[in-house]
Amino acid sequence: MLEVQSLTTAYEGLVAISDISLSVGASEIVAVVGANGAGKSTLLKTIAGMERPASGRILFEGADIAGAPTHRVNMLGIALVPEGRRLFPRLAVRDNLRLGSYLHRRKSDREAPLEMVFNLFPRLAERLDQRAETLSGGEQQMLSIGRALMTRPRLLMLDEPSQGIMPKLVDEILDSVRTIREAGTTVLIVEQRLAETLEIADRAYVLQTGRVVMSGPAKEIAGNADVRRAYLGI
Amino acid sequence: MASAFELRRRNQLIIAAAVVAVMIALPLGIKDVYIQNILVLTVMYAALSQSWNILSGYCGQISLGHALYFGIGAYASTLLFVKFGIIPWFGMAAGGIFAAAIALIVGWPCFRLGGHYFTIATIVLAEIGLILFLNWSYAGEASGLQIPVSGDSWTTFTFLRSKLPYYYFALGLAAVVWLVTYFIEDSKWGYYWRAVRENTLAAQSLGVQVFRSKMAAAAVSAFFTAIGGSFYAQFVSYIDPDSVMVFQFSLLMALPAVIGGIGTLWGPAVGAAILIPLTELTRSYMGGGGKGFDLIFYGAVIMIIALARPEGLLSLVTRTRPAPP
Repeated sequence: MLEVQSLTTAYEGLVAISDISLSVGASEIVAVVGANGAGKSTLLKTIAGMERPASGRILFEGADIAGAPTHRVNMLGIALVPEGRRLFPRLAVRDNLRLGSYLHRRKSDREAPLEMVFNLFPRLAERLDQRAETLSGGEQQMLSIGRALMTRPRLLMLDEPSQGIMPKLVDEILDSVRTIREAGTTVLIVEQRLAETLEIADRAYVLQTGRVVMSGPAKEIAGNADVRRAYLGI
Repeated sequence: MASAFELRRRNQLIIAAAVVAVMIALPLGIKDVYIQNILVLTVMYAALSQSWNILSGYCGQISLGHALYFGIGAYASTLLFVKFGIIPWFGMAAGGIFAAAIALIVGWPCFRLGGHYFTIATIVLAEIGLILFLNWSYAGEASGLQIPVSGDSWTTFTFLRSKLPYYYFALGLAAVVWLVTYFIEDSKWGYYWRAVRENTLAAQSLGVQVFRSKMAAAAVSAFFTAIGGSFYAQFVSYIDPDSVMVFQFSLLMALPAVIGGIGTLWGPAVGAAILIPLTELTRSYMGGGGKGFDLIFYGAVIMIIALARPEGLLSLVTRTRPAPP
């Protein structure tokens, strides 16, 4: 579904990711793990069109989307749940969700994903009229994911969804990622939390200072002592 | 989505209809020209501030240069009328369209600037506009243009005996801009604008075309501001750069929204209803000796609002639910 070929992105000459290749198959959950500053966020942002790649190709269902503007990438069916959630704090939960849906012209298309979002995160349905800023950290993350799902993506990219969330809710959110995949959406997830993430993922890539240093089935990566010690500092 | 939301929307329309009904009846018992004058200005600034609110309130791009569009509107209709005999109704439309075009040209470089830099650019551009008109001989330079008033006529939109026709036009304009805001609020553009205001990066990650959204808001905002400018020219029947394009107008368009509630449907109207009568009353009370006093007054108002009610007076009545435990 997604094929990243020797992708390099640099900020003002500073290389953030270098020569990264990875692939995500339909209905897979693929994890990208690595320490802080390994380039995980940059990778997702480049795929989403929020950063311009210096070189390389990003093939989504065969079409090269490297360097395409974000709204076009969105239209093709890729949604990003950005790091730090990035909600619209003073807008109601309803309005935040609605903002995800305007990608679609038809009203029926816009309202269709709502039921799924409410099934996934019933708390959101209870808090429709509340401002996003009044939600707890975990609820805000649910809203951020829900908002991305409103675009009806075929590929959902999550950037550190566990960041700043209490442990109980982390499990809930990672469980929801499973449910999202069962509903037919492919998932590319970036995380610092190794154990929990590798538990839900099918395959994983380990990133270190902007390069892929290891890849394989999630179970193998999880069992590999070298990964834990050398690359993740655990 | 939910019916409680739609109910709230419908209630807004009912309130608006009631307010307009009251405002239609309000001046009927008032014969005092001075008070009529205040009423006209209050309703006009409600309309202008509502227009300003579209770009600066909803889309979050704070402009302190809307005097430029106001002046363009005033000059467009007046020049077309005085030089070519084109009636102000067409001049008004032309001024609105021209101002919207200028807003797009101005927006092209300026919307690449963020936050305060954008605001400063708007101030500078309005000052450039002022200087251009002060030196443009065709438009009368500093001595301005006089609109010939031959008698009461809806065709040329000039009235000598009563100010009521002006009042009703201003009220109609305020109602139209309110309605436009009302419908935009629940449309794709309305959501896009608020998304850009709240978090540009998040908006972008949802496929919102940030630059285009800002441009659209600027064009709509400038269009209605210019219509207000054309109206004002007709109302005072004499314009010069210092009376239609100075910084004071930019302030007077921003302040009502700031006082009432920036980025809200009713903020500009509530703010104008409080600020404009106060301004006019203090002006006449202080007389000629009070020059500059209004600026002190505006400064005080801004400070009080910023300290006590940063979200405007309307936030006293609109309830926000408390955070969950």
